[in-house]
Amino acid sequence: MSVVEKVEEEKKELPSDPNAAKQSAFLNSRSMARFGLYLLAITLSVWIIVPLYLITVASFSTRIAITSRWPKDWFPNPVSTETLEFFLNSQGVLPSVVNSLIVGIITLVLSLVIGAPAGYAIARFIFTGRDSYKLLILTTRAFPIVILSIPLAVTFLNFGLYDTLFAVAIVHTALALPQTILVTSSIFVSVPVELEEAALTLGCHRMQAFTKIVLPMALPGLAAASIFAFVLSWNEVFAATILTVQNRTLPAQILSSLNNSTLPIKYAGGFVLIVPSLIFILIIRRYLLNMWGRVIK
Amino acid sequence: MSIKESPEQTAPPGEAGTVAVRFKRRRRRFDYLPYLLLLPTTLFLAVFFAYPMIQSLVTAMQDSQGGFTFDNFNTMFKDVNFSDALRNTILFIVLMVPLQVVLALIMALVINTGLKGVGFFLYIWTVPLAISDLAAGIVWLAIFTERGYINSLLTQLGLIKLPISFLSYENPTWLFTAVIMAELWRATSIVMVILVAGLQVIPKAYSEAAEIFGASPWQRLRYVILPMLKPSLQVALILRTILAFQTFAVVIALAGRALPVLAGEAYNWYNGYRNVGVAAAYALLILVLSIVNTAVYLRLLQTKTAQMA
Repeated sequence: MSVVEKVEEEKKELPSDPNAAKQSAFLNSRSMARFGLYLLAITLSVWIIVPLYLITVASFSTRIAITSRWPKDWFPNPVSTETLEFFLNSQGVLPSVVNSLIVGIITLVLSLVIGAPAGYAIARFIFTGRDSYKLLILTTRAFPIVILSIPLAVTFLNFGLYDTLFAVAIVHTALALPQTILVTSSIFVSVPVELEEAALTLGCHRMQAFTKIVLPMALPGLAAASIFAFVLSWNEVFAATILTVQNRTLPAQILSSLNNSTLPIKYAGGFVLIVPSLIFILIIRRYLLNMWGRVIK
Repeated sequence: MSIKESPEQTAPPGEAGTVAVRFKRRRRRFDYLPYLLLLPTTLFLAVFFAYPMIQSLVTAMQDSQGGFTFDNFNTMFKDVNFSDALRNTILFIVLMVPLQVVLALIMALVINTGLKGVGFFLYIWTVPLAISDLAAGIVWLAIFTERGYINSLLTQLGLIKLPISFLSYENPTWLFTAVIMAELWRATSIVMVILVAGLQVIPKAYSEAAEIFGASPWQRLRYVILPMLKPSLQVALILRTILAFQTFAVVIALAGRALPVLAGEAYNWYNGYRNVGVAAAYALLILVLSIVNTAVYLRLLQTKTAQMA
């Protein structure tokens, strides 16, 4: 017999896999577990998406449909921008949207300008106090900063900063700083230090090495960090309501008029509040898990 | 070609999973650069953080003429809404935070299985991170209100004739449930993100070894994964509870003033009654409760890890 035929014969004589019978039973329970897992995941996803769908439906329904039609439509009939238009044209709303934008941008710039250097320092240098500093930043996160807007209101009054967008931006920056520092530090860690080194050995100053090498590579991450700060600012309600009277941001405007608002206005307000943040977060979702120093592909 | 400094590379153990390579600074002169880079944040936090904390103490102790007084605290404690606000806030935290942590843990574990399509689920489950508590309150208002979607569904299914008033002040249990539901929907992602990151760091080897030794999935979870997740759980718990103490806009959107909470009362005293002193007293109370709570968490979870060791 040739070698091949010998092997064939031996193959036939091998005892059948004793686990084979078990395996198909095991596979059954395994695929059942997998099915259960998917079912759970889908249920949770539906739970998250459906309310968003509903507020969208409500915002694109006519006012009559919202207040009078019963039972409610599950899809706007007709699709109408009447409610949204009515909301946006309500007194104080459009200016508050603009205010929110301005505050958001100031927060974005401030938190990046103040926080990114700290992130760089943590990422690149060892120095005494590094661990205590990191601890301090994390502790800051664990403080009810928003409540501090009440004493800050008194301080701002004394300095003539009360009811200014800048004051609100300052509080928002304080809120966003810990997150900005942590995210930027992990961004800078991910830029290989060898490249910076190479630039330095080729005669660049540290600053040049930073702007020519590190910055371009870190830019997407830094953009993400700044968008986080913007979204945080856009969504913030308490401090914005406390610190503003005439120059309200959108959340402050909506909150302070909640008592006088009809349902359509409330729904439209919620919708306008959600949409920009949603769009931004969807753009930068890659960096979401970077917030705690890990990157998920 | 002059070289300003020559960096020496050191690779100390960085955070698990990352090798942080850093420049080791020459010790010839005092190295000011890192401290210079840290200066803006330190200054900023000192001014807009440490200072307001002191200011809140001062304001709470001041009367309208600027003299020292305990009146604000008196007013706060004696206020008709105070005990309700305190009770509601604490009840809210006690009910919601564990629920949320469990849910977030389930979600994080599902993500961690690495099944196909898990990235897609993560995508959806992090969507609520973009949503403010005010918006979440409005969204669930649309669902729970008398002319809202739950009542509409129940009517269409023929289960009820008249809409149920979930959100009336006569129905505090349902008010509470609605608030918890809205916050659960919105804020679980915050906890989940922390836990997902924490799970990622746990080496698979431990779990696999346990599996080889015959541990069931439940046992693996309880004795291998959860202990190693303790730091993340601690961070998540602390953060979420601090945020929960400040619950404000969700309650206002869903319940108006029918459900007093501490932050809401602080706001009312500031805006409605124009009394900064009492508002500051409330703020101080929330601050103190948060600090105590954090200390408790640190203590509780610390001891356990020592026991595990």
